[in-house]
Amino acid sequence: MRIGKAFTATIATVVGVALLAAGCGGGDGEEAADGKVTLTIKTFGQFGYEDLIKTYESSHPGIQVKQENIAKLADYTPKLQQWLTAGSGAGDVVALEEGILIKLMGKPDQFVNLLDQGAGELKGNFLDWKWQQALTPDGKKLVGLGTDIGAQGMCYRTDLFAKAGLPTDRAKVGALWPTWDGYLATGKKFVAAGTDASFFDTAGGVYQNILMQQGDQTYFDRSNKLIADSNPGVRAAWDQSVAMIGAGLSGKLQMWSPAWNAGFKKGTFATIPCPAWMLGIIKDQAGPENAGKWDVARVPGEGAVRGGSFLAVPAQSKHPKEAAELAKFLTSPAGQIGAFKAKNNFPSAPKAIDDPAVSGAVDTYFNNAPVGKIFGQSAKTLKPVYLGPDNQVVGDGIGDALTAVEQGKLQPDQAWTKAMNDAKRAVDK
Amino acid sequence: MLFALFGLFPLIYTAWVSLRAWDLTGDAGFVGLRNYSRLAGDPDFWNAMVNTLGLFVLSTVPQLCFALVIAGLLNRPIRALMMFRLGVLAPIVTSVAAVAIVFGQLYGRDTGLVNGAIGLAGIGPIDWQASKTSSWIAVASMVNWRWTGYNALIYLAAIQAIPRDLYEAAQIDGAGAIRQFRSITVPLIRPALIFTVVMSAIGGMQLFTEPLLFGQGDVSGGSLRQFQTIAMYMFEQSFQNFDYGYGSAIAWAIFLLTVVVGVANALIARRWKGGTQ
Repeated sequence: MRIGKAFTATIATVVGVALLAAGCGGGDGEEAADGKVTLTIKTFGQFGYEDLIKTYESSHPGIQVKQENIAKLADYTPKLQQWLTAGSGAGDVVALEEGILIKLMGKPDQFVNLLDQGAGELKGNFLDWKWQQALTPDGKKLVGLGTDIGAQGMCYRTDLFAKAGLPTDRAKVGALWPTWDGYLATGKKFVAAGTDASFFDTAGGVYQNILMQQGDQTYFDRSNKLIADSNPGVRAAWDQSVAMIGAGLSGKLQMWSPAWNAGFKKGTFATIPCPAWMLGIIKDQAGPENAGKWDVARVPGEGAVRGGSFLAVPAQSKHPKEAAELAKFLTSPAGQIGAFKAKNNFPSAPKAIDDPAVSGAVDTYFNNAPVGKIFGQSAKTLKPVYLGPDNQVVGDGIGDALTAVEQGKLQPDQAWTKAMNDAKRAVDK
Repeated sequence: MLFALFGLFPLIYTAWVSLRAWDLTGDAGFVGLRNYSRLAGDPDFWNAMVNTLGLFVLSTVPQLCFALVIAGLLNRPIRALMMFRLGVLAPIVTSVAAVAIVFGQLYGRDTGLVNGAIGLAGIGPIDWQASKTSSWIAVASMVNWRWTGYNALIYLAAIQAIPRDLYEAAQIDGAGAIRQFRSITVPLIRPALIFTVVMSAIGGMQLFTEPLLFGQGDVSGGSLRQFQTIAMYMFEQSFQNFDYGYGSAIAWAIFLLTVVVGVANALIARRWKGGTQ
């Protein structure tokens, strides 16, 4: 029995160990022997900063930049929290995803005030709402500078559309769905044609899309009170998604699962709402042999945003001044254009959006789709949406409820009630 | 000293964190036993508890029975004995992530091998993740596949320590192979049996990777938490919802549960010993 106890004692306390282990990972931001300042930038996913960093290093001979990337946001966030709690390991510049930034705005003292580093004059560089998101309510502290925004289009398979007797030209495809009702009607036609493919991958993605077009708040009002069950926009997005599941449009695939990944190549679904950052994923998953089969049209409804990120300087950085300069460079219109060229990360700087390099961008993989123009229009019609600190946990619950409806485990009304109860429970703890 | 550093300290530290409200924005102070009272009334926690115990039964019972049978077979003079003995050990040296990925494919809804096989028998495709029963079977099959060989070798070692003359005497008395197995082998390897039951119980209470990867990394274990274990629930609260205080309280609940299961095992084992001697 003694073995058993010691065993469990160690494993049951994974949390504590993990928190502690972070404390041993210091040593970032040391000055190198040759007098160079080494700045560490932490990113997740694909920020497309490799070339920009080289440019920055060559124009700033005293600075060396080390990028440390973690592929998955879900793996990055807990590590970020460990670095912040431990007071070391976060490096000099950290990438913050929108949802995390909103949570961290509750305790902005973990980050350097960028207004103190001369960032105030850059306000005009960013879309107003992007700037406001990282500013404390009193307007005195700026936590982060915006990088990309998830301006959205609707990606579709031309070969499947042709098979179903639908138009394949992106302007005509876009004209099929001025609204989500139009999208539903098109989906019904597609399913009736019997191509063996589903119309979209999963209702979760479509729901998220519709939701973000339903006004300036979703689950929480600006005083962070839970309004999910009383906000008609949430219910409207839910009902619309449920209607689509009922019409058999969903492929019921779990996002990021092997079947979902393989679906891009095999063509198991015909459309997918695609934020700018998803183009890279489609290219990787569908592979070169499917070049030209995917195309991009406008998204139903009035533009949409899904995701987006910021760069911030943790208060623990030993070189806050140099770090702030690096963050300013990477988020400048020129930096954002570079990131767009590298990884299709859509800029949050109006100047960058209007730059020919972005607005004139076409993507050869997607039949030379004018992606710059499509996403640019989407970004401009985009209305800012307030999310609230517990946005993610409520959203996850509703996403799971939709999956349960897809699986036929719950009736839509039961699922809605469950999601609302889960949301209340998650919020008042 | 080492135990104090790596065993006791995290244990006490976790207990301390579990008494505080601690989230992504930092430590928000002492809240007493509030995390624990919340735990007692949390249906998701009790659901995870039921899943953990259910998966434990589904994965331990067949696992130990098969292991015993395999050990009995491997103790007989058969051709290429060494190959078989090493073969049963292969699953345990396979990375658990690789196992879970392969099984995830086998139990795939649209193109999975298992659905293909039962399709031949005329049974429609099963969405393995959708219901409790099917997801438990899938996860338990992973655990069974992985650990049966390990337990079989432990039994085999114990069997080989049994004096040969006992079997010879039994043979002279006219006992067949099955009778010998039941009346000599099983009683004499009882310490090994107890050891494997205890180890499986500890492993079962901490089941995490298999169900996590079966759900493609979804820590909530299915749309209705069909196969979320308590270890996954702890992870969800700590590292997805960043509620470290609550996560630590769950960690302590897992610890206490394991102790309870361990003590229950010990009592049963002692009783069993007393009963036959």
